[in-house]
Amino acid sequence: MNCERMEKRLIAYLDERATAVERREVEAHLAVCIACRTRAEQFRALWGVLDEAPAVEVSPVFDARLRARIAAEPPRRSLWAWLVPLPRLAFAATLLLALSVWISSLPPNPAQNPPVAPSSEAEFKMIKDLPLLEDYDVLANFEALSDLPTQPVTDNREM
Amino acid sequence: MLDVKAGDDASFGLLLQKYRTPLVNFLYRMVRDAATAEDLAQEVFLRVYRSRKRYAPNAKFTTWLFRIATNLALNALRDTRYRQMEVSLDQRSDPGHNDRPAVELPDGRPGVEQQLVARDRAATIRRAIHALPEKQRAAVLLHKYHELDYDEIARILDCSESALKSLLFRAYETLRVELAPLVASTDVRQGNEPAKESRKP
Repeated sequence: MNCERMEKRLIAYLDERATAVERREVEAHLAVCIACRTRAEQFRALWGVLDEAPAVEVSPVFDARLRARIAAEPPRRSLWAWLVPLPRLAFAATLLLALSVWISSLPPNPAQNPPVAPSSEAEFKMIKDLPLLEDYDVLANFEALSDLPTQPVTDNREM
Repeated sequence: MLDVKAGDDASFGLLLQKYRTPLVNFLYRMVRDAATAEDLAQEVFLRVYRSRKRYAPNAKFTTWLFRIATNLALNALRDTRYRQMEVSLDQRSDPGHNDRPAVELPDGRPGVEQQLVARDRAATIRRAIHALPEKQRAAVLLHKYHELDYDEIARILDCSESALKSLLFRAYETLRVELAPLVASTDVRQGNEPAKESRKP
């Protein structure tokens, strides 16, 4: 083992969590490497020094404060509770739906929809023959049209 | 925790009693302010209580607890406002702090001197730990002060065990250099004998 591999092995060796194989590898390396042996000894000493780091006492009101915060928590509602809204809201929504259905089922108000003016008999016939009147071939060969007197052409330039 | 999940309120009290002090101390060493540490610990327990119904015992309870605590502490540290506040708190909590090594304290009566040396050494250690990068700091605290298993710490810090071992090595290496005067004075006090009693982290 070289010094680089000690990076992943040394801490576990020192805190006695290394496997038997790892422990033998580390011990073999420490036996021949003064630098790593010195580092290992200093790490042990360091852990002793770190024990001097100050700890804090927990405030005596810690639990009471936490209990008060828990008591102030709003009750958590289940998914079903979220799907079923409050009774008043449910009643209002149902009422609105029923009202909408009732209004849509009413007959249409004649005052809002004025009736179409009845067409005369002549207009009805004209509409009936409309495809015929629009047919150019029929109109061009319609003899009755050729008997009509021709309109005199007026020259606008003279006016 | 399973009893808490089942609605046993007394079990929550037992959890509180067991983990209150370690949790507050972990958070204190992370954020270096006692009041903030207590606030964060309250938040951790509140979150545990809120999510008790969803608790699944697929990991140790301590892993879950310290994971919540670590995330909250890291968020608090990353909060810019907290960083600004931290400077003023440091000035108030360490009024006697200066850059002198711990061994150079002025002479005084034996009892007082011992107290001053101990206080100064503690402040030096606290500063050295706090100077570590946040993830290294959390790793050292969970390893050294809470003696969690490597797999637990790795899950809390969301990294592999191999990465965690490297992280711990680099952190302890930094502390070894930063706290060299204290480590050396410990060796002197122990007559240059290796610290055999410190095999446990």
